[in-house]
Amino acid sequence: MTESLLEIKDILIEADIEGEWKPIVNSLSMTLKRGEVIGLIGESGAGKSTFGLCALGYTKPGCRIVSGSIKLDGQELVGQPEAELRNIRGNKVAYVAQSAAASFNPAHTLLDQFSEAPIQHGKMVASEASVRGREIFAQLDLPEPDTIGERYPHQVSGGQLQRAMTAMALGSNPDIIIFDEPTTALDVTTQIEVLSAIKEAVKSRNVAAIYITHDLAVVAQMADRIMVLRYGDLVEEGDAREMLANPKQEYTQKLLAVRSLRDNKIIDDAQNTILEIHDVTARYPGTNIDVLSNISIKLEKGKTVAVVGESGSGKSTLARVITGLLPPSKGTVSFRGEVLPASLKEKSRDNLRSIQMIYQMADVAMNPRQRIREIIGRPVEFYLGKTGAENEARVLELMKQIEIPENFIDRFPGQLSGGEKQRICIARALAAEPELIICDEVTSALDQLVAEGILDLLQNLQNELNVSYLFITHDLATVKAIADEIVVMYQGKIVEQGPKAQILEPPYEDYTELLLSSVPEMDPDWLDDLVERRKRGEAPTSETLGQR
Amino acid sequence: MKIIEFIKDLNWSARIGLIIILFFAFCAAFAPWVAPYGESQIVGDVWEPIGGEFLFGTDLIGRDMLSRLIFGARNTIVLALITTACSFSLGALMGFLAATMGGWVDQLLSRIVDIIISVPTLIAALIVVSAVGTSFFVLAAVIGIIYAMPVYRIARAVAMDVEVMDYVEAARLRGEGLWWIMKREILPNAMTPLAAEFGLRFCFVFLLISGLSFLGLGLQPPLADWGAMVRSNSEGIAWGFMHPLIPASCIALLTIGINLLVDSLVHKASGLRDDH
Repeated sequence: MTESLLEIKDILIEADIEGEWKPIVNSLSMTLKRGEVIGLIGESGAGKSTFGLCALGYTKPGCRIVSGSIKLDGQELVGQPEAELRNIRGNKVAYVAQSAAASFNPAHTLLDQFSEAPIQHGKMVASEASVRGREIFAQLDLPEPDTIGERYPHQVSGGQLQRAMTAMALGSNPDIIIFDEPTTALDVTTQIEVLSAIKEAVKSRNVAAIYITHDLAVVAQMADRIMVLRYGDLVEEGDAREMLANPKQEYTQKLLAVRSLRDNKIIDDAQNTILEIHDVTARYPGTNIDVLSNISIKLEKGKTVAVVGESGSGKSTLARVITGLLPPSKGTVSFRGEVLPASLKEKSRDNLRSIQMIYQMADVAMNPRQRIREIIGRPVEFYLGKTGAENEARVLELMKQIEIPENFIDRFPGQLSGGEKQRICIARALAAEPELIICDEVTSALDQLVAEGILDLLQNLQNELNVSYLFITHDLATVKAIADEIVVMYQGKIVEQGPKAQILEPPYEDYTELLLSSVPEMDPDWLDDLVERRKRGEAPTSETLGQR
Repeated sequence: MKIIEFIKDLNWSARIGLIIILFFAFCAAFAPWVAPYGESQIVGDVWEPIGGEFLFGTDLIGRDMLSRLIFGARNTIVLALITTACSFSLGALMGFLAATMGGWVDQLLSRIVDIIISVPTLIAALIVVSAVGTSFFVLAAVIGIIYAMPVYRIARAVAMDVEVMDYVEAARLRGEGLWWIMKREILPNAMTPLAAEFGLRFCFVFLLISGLSFLGLGLQPPLADWGAMVRSNSEGIAWGFMHPLIPASCIALLTIGINLLVDSLVHKASGLRDDH
């Protein structure tokens, strides 16, 4: 069918930003045909979610549609009364949100929540809805589809929950589904399962979809057509394959650019070992499961070791052991050749100073009620005893190093962007003049281009200050960009460790291969190929790993 | 100017509340100059009518009601303020300690608080005050401790939410001491809910003092306070005099004023927008 299902014309949406109405979607248009998938891509603040949501005739609180038209199957949505729009939402157009965990009501079972929309819209009665629910659960490859609906949201995994949410969207047979970053919060290995389930479901039903994401490689798998947005404007629009092969705009080219690999440094002999983790086993108090077992890692001065693994692999626990927040039940951590006291309280101030930490979420890693001056200045005062003008001079010097303008010194963290916040966190770590910095997923909450800026900065700082990094991440692209050595962890154990070149080149260990193969590539056929290969048993899957 | 911005940010009901509070605060601060007569000065006959020679009439022994209301504002509000400040310092300190130290400190403090809170407020106050006496400081201390308990619970809950934040962990990893963590990391982030709670507690304290005075265990005569004025003039009602209603309405008015202001602060602290 060539007739367009959804036609958005010159839509202008404004948001209330500190009392002023400012445009956040600038006269954008879109036509969506039946069975077509459009990918909306852009950084945070590009207006992609706002634009995608307007297909529901919906704007977030504090936003308003100023002009333009939204035609769904010939029916105008702009200016429709709420009651009429409610009839459309969840019925003709469905929505799948980024965080399934936050979108499900924890007090109701999955099937109850699945049935709610079809019953509310008068499409089915309860018994029909539950039959249909089981059908769709089965189609989406959820385990035990007949009984999984009786579970509560916390009883299934994140990937399963995201699929259950897709099931909910499919429940009332909508014409259009809007996916808003459905896999962003998931591990790469889980992401694959969700992506292929979504792709299959969309294709087999011939529904149209709007797929919103910041990850170009993901959208390459899903979309027929791609719209690149920036600051509420359209940068480029076109056929997915064509755009990926031949991007016209500079911005799109930048998004597409493959990250540069770091030169392999020559690993010196063991004279310069700064951190040595020896045979560490750890468990949380009150439990009897080892979160870490027999971990041994060596880190040289001025080098970067990347610890890779999916969530639950124990990589963040490792950071807690090194910092002393969780004393190990067995094994030792040595720093500069001396065994560190196991618990935080017994550590000397100099020990604390030499090992600093940068967190994943810069927003919560900084006190929102302190100014930049105090956030960076406190460690300078605390460890180095500098106060007054001397302190301020050092803070300004650090701000210069992280490329933040001097006049930001009296701002609060809330007045900074995500990338700037993470830079301040880096400065706070540097302020202590450490020899080792533990970076816990420092780029995973950031947009691609911003994240690259942060990695560049870390790299430059290492060259300049000869500081070592222990880089904890689930993102293999980051690892390729920054690591000298790689430690792959799975379920609290080290699967493989060694220099980068050795790990990232064949022959692979099974789990490493699973991780590597799960990273989305720009190739639009990548997902289909991979799923095909995994079905034939040529590539490892999570299930085959579990059996071993 | 921060104060002007603060007032601009308030909605209308909050501004009315603020005006009421400022009005009473003014009376309290400048009582000897504002009041037409002295606090315990007998100026006329008993139960002089309202609106006659004396604006609010005279009380059961012929003292000017208006003057006593003004001096009463001073005693009652100052006492309530000191008491609330005491209960907040104590409650917040204990709550923050429990949240940051956890373990047995938390258990011990929480159980002590549970025990004290299980005795009804007025009865606890009655027992202690009748045993120890009714001086200004005893009242402030007793009510302060009793009302520190609910403050403890709120402070602990708020601090526990803040305590799990990465920036507190970062401060611990830096080696900061307990006091610094409580003062610089937790307190600023707990300030808004605590400030809103302060207004609310102030009302409760105020009502409790008035209640105690009404029962004869508050401030002792001839010191004027509103609760005692209601009590001592209460028999006037039987004779058709409206006099006890005047201090009673002052209590009501101030309580309403504080609640109007606090409501808007709580609303703001919760981050809700007006259009919701």
